[in-house]
Parts: sequence; C-alpha cells; structure tokens
Amino acid sequence: MTAAIQRQLDLPEPPALAERTELHPELNRAHVRFIGLGKTYDGKQGPVAALQGIDLAIQRGEVFGIIGRSGAGKSSLIRTINRLEQPTSGRVLIDQVDIGEYDEDRLVTLRRRIGMIFQHFNLMSAKTVWQNVELPLKVAGVPKEQREKKVRELLELVGLQAKHKAYPAQLSGGQKQRVGIARALVHDPDILLCDEATSALDPETTQSILGLLREINKRLGLTIVLITHEMAVIREICDRVVVLEHGRIVEQGPVWEVFGNPQHEVSQTLLAPLQHALPEELQSRLQAQPSSSDAAVVLRLQFTGRQQDEPDLAALFAALGGRVKLLQGGVEWIQGHALGQLLLAVAGSKLNAEELRQRAGQWAQRTEVLGYVV
Amino acid sequence: MWFDPLLQGFIDTFLMVGVSSLIALLAGIPMAVILVTSDKGGIYEAPVLNRALGAFVNLFRSIPFLILMVALIPFTRLIVGTTYGVWAAVVPLTIAATPFFARIAEVSLREVDHGLIEAAQAMGCRRWHIVWHVLLPEALPGIVGGFTITLVTMINSSAMAGAIGAGGLGDIAYRYGYQRFDSQIMLTVIVLLVALVAVIQLGGDRLARGLNKR
Repeated sequence: MTAAIQRQLDLPEPPALAERTELHPELNRAHVRFIGLGKTYDGKQGPVAALQGIDLAIQRGEVFGIIGRSGAGKSSLIRTINRLEQPTSGRVLIDQVDIGEYDEDRLVTLRRRIGMIFQHFNLMSAKTVWQNVELPLKVAGVPKEQREKKVRELLELVGLQAKHKAYPAQLSGGQKQRVGIARALVHDPDILLCDEATSALDPETTQSILGLLREINKRLGLTIVLITHEMAVIREICDRVVVLEHGRIVEQGPVWEVFGNPQHEVSQTLLAPLQHALPEELQSRLQAQPSSSDAAVVLRLQFTGRQQDEPDLAALFAALGGRVKLLQGGVEWIQGHALGQLLLAVAGSKLNAEELRQRAGQWAQRTEVLGYVV
Repeated sequence: MWFDPLLQGFIDTFLMVGVSSLIALLAGIPMAVILVTSDKGGIYEAPVLNRALGAFVNLFRSIPFLILMVALIPFTRLIVGTTYGVWAAVVPLTIAATPFFARIAEVSLREVDHGLIEAAQAMGCRRWHIVWHVLLPEALPGIVGGFTITLVTMINSSAMAGAIGAGGLGDIAYRYGYQRFDSQIMLTVIVLLVALVAVIQLGGDRLARGLNKR
C-alpha cells in the first residue's frame, strides 16, 4: 500500500517502517527525513520523474550536501523540505512530523523555521538592505522594536551594518548573498536551505560565504542542507553528501569517504576537476602498450586514511624497484582523513605492469595502470 | 474673450481625463493582479476566472473608442442621467481606460522575477503578502510608466468624446477649428495639448525612474 493511500485511510504506520526505525534509532532522531519520496512532472512527452524513491535522513546540526549534475533533481529535492515543491509520492518528515498535509497556516509557520538562500539571491530590488531583512518579520507581525533589534543583530552577523540603506543593485554578489543569509536567519530558523548559494559567485567570494555558513552552523547549531554542482563546495563545508543522478540517490556517505573512494561513475565525473591529473604533455605521450622494453609504467595510487596512516614512500619505492619518478601527487585533508594520490612513473623495474600494480596495492586502496611512457 | 471657452475646455479635458484615469487606476490594478495571480502557475491559480476576465478585457479593448462611446449611451444615461457633458464622457472613458491600463500593468506584474515570489514563500509570506510586499512594489516603476501611457491615450480619447458633446479641448477644436476654420484657436488647442502631454510624459518618466532601484 502506498504512503498516500495510507494517509488517506488514516491507518496506523505500516509495520515495516516501525521495524526499520527500531533497527536504526538514528532515524528517530533525524531532523529531516525523506521516505520513498517521488516527484513527477507533466512534461510535453508524458510524465517526467524528477525524483524517485528517495530515502534519506539528515541529522540535527550537520551540514548536508546534495550534489549532482544539472537536471538530477537537486532543486526539487531541497524544495520539498519547505514545500515550495509538492512531492507526488512518499513523505517528508521534519522532527518526525509529516508535513505533507499542511494547510497554508501550518506551512507559513513551518517556513518561518526554515531559512532559504538562493543562487540569484532573490532580494527585493525595490527594498533597501534593511527592508529586505526586515520583511520576514514584518509579514509575521513582529512589533517594530523587536524587528529593529533583530535586523541590526543580523546585519552585524553578516557584516553589512554600514550598507543597511543601500539597495540590492548597489551591492556586489557576495554582499547580496550576505543580505540573503541575514534575511534567511531573521526568524532564528533551525534549518537553512542553500540552493546553489555560491554558484553565481567568484571563487574568493565563495570562500567567504562558505566560511560564514560554517560559522553559522557552529555558532547557532543550525542544520544546513545545501545543493550544488561543485564538489569543491561539498569538500569545504559538508559533513555528509549524497550524489543524485536522474532523480535517484546513487551514492551517499561521509564526505571523506565519497571523495576518497567514489563508487559511482557520476561521483567520479564530478570529482574529476579536483583530482590531480597527469600533466597534459605527458598525457599526450601516454601509450596503452609499451613501445619499447625501457618504457616506464605510469601508475596511479590513491589512499584514504586517518592521520599517521600515510604510506611510507621509501618502502613503497623500494618495493617497486627500478627508477621511480613522482609525476604528480598530493594529500588533502577532509574531516581528519587524508586523501592522497600519487602518480608515479616506474622505469627499469624487473616487474611487469600488473605486478607493479599489485605491489603498490599494499600501500594504497586503489591502484591503476594508466599506461606507458618512453 | 476668445480664451474663455479655451480655459473652460482645458478644465473640462483635465476633469474628464483626471476622474476617469483615477477610477481606471483604482480598478485596473486589482484587475491586473487578478489576471496575473489567477493564471496557470500563479499564487491564486483559477483558470476559469482568468479566462473569463481575460475575455472581458479583450472585448472592451477591441472596440474602437468612438464606437464604444456611442454603444454605451444607454448605459451612460442610466449612470449619470445625461449623455451630454463632462460627466457623461467619464463613463465611456473609464470603461475604455480600465482594461487598457490593466493589460499594461499586467505586463509589469508578470515581469517580476519568479525567484522573488519563491523567496517570499520560503520566508513565510501569505499570498496577499506576496501581492502587497513583492508583486506591487517590484512592478511599481512599470505600472507608473503604464499609467503615463494610459493618461496620454485618454487625452486622445477625450478629444473624440468632445466631438459628440462632452466638452473639453476636443470640442473646442471641433467647433472653432473645423466648423469655423479659426486657425488661431486650433493652433492654441494643439499647443495646449502638446504641453499637457509633455508634462505628463516627463513627470511620469521621472517618477518611474526615481522608483526604479534596479
């Protein structure tokens, strides 16, 4: 029986679900939970499924990232949390309460507990910075003195006190997003939704906005759900991440895990820009088969581990034998985990490519032979 | 003195246009808001109402003013008790101007970025909050511009009304210029009209520019 029919008949929870939450007590503490969520649009060529069978639990106080290519369903998914988007099947629970049947009154109350910021900021052009931040309080009927106190406090938090009389058109992109953040936080929400919040900003501004979001998350204990198509944003501030593709979750886990060992082809593609690639000049000389006996084998080694687990390079090089050249390499730290990658060229070893790869496997989780260079 | 009828004509034109445009403003904005919000995907989606109102607006917009005015004579008599004079002209002028202005205001309202409506919903605005705090203020510069166009169009229409007995500058030009070939009065009427339109256009443009913070 589908959840929708279940709701209509007003039957008790299906036993299958009750059992599942008993086995996973963390689901009962989830701040936001999706159960079998689906969304279908009426397209020109029949119905189009934007989301299918999404099961997900977001914990209180975490920074949760949703990543995917454009059209993967990220926007639809994040919008079901404040019901800007109405799911066609499944349920969304916020603090264990199903928001599916909320009327306008309860939706308005819910939305005041959930702040949202947008890629294009969506500030009212005819209102000053101050009026923009004040608007959510004004429509909620908050008295003037309280509004002034709150707006001042938030403009201070985002560092825009001096600009309160300016209109959005007079601000830079980063400043506009700061106004957006102040406006989103003015009701002291406990969830903040970020819809591609840094995608329209330059890298430097992106860093400062992400820094601000991280600070807000730490200081106010706010749950942040963000969607992005940039892996760098996920690496910067997220605790956990899901990868969406064609409206389904294809991969999920702690950020360091997904980054260290992406399983799905989509995750790998999205991660590619962050990886150390072979220098272009070398890439062009790479051959699938050795052209001569003294061709060097090019190996890629990837390892993931906690501190002190970094591989002993001297031992690795000795095990490979021959002349080992470092082509490219680096270690990144995410959430206390080292994500390392080495690109090596091994020449004059007695071992063949496959044997080299297996040897290297003692020091790395993933090894692959990229090819040969002369 | 020759300028007495001119002065009277100017006042009459001013009254006709002023009163009917004020009514058009008050009736046209709600009409435009309904047209936009009741449309598919709007915040008060109501396709039947939307189509009915749209058809009503189109009907009155498609009748040339001169014909509309004549056709409305029984209705005008019913409302103001006469078909002659300034007040009788106000009825067809208002009925012509309201749908005209509503369509122009509708365009400005439609141009409000959907993202702003979404942001307003996300911050916990009720639907009438969105109309009052988002749609109208954001569209205001465009609405002012549209109202300016409406005023100028109505000066044009009021001259036609003058020709069938409403008074005003159109009446003066018709009687003195057309029937008596008094080119001096004709020229004065033209100068007055050009000045009036210029003042309205200039004022409207300036106001719209001042309101536009984009």
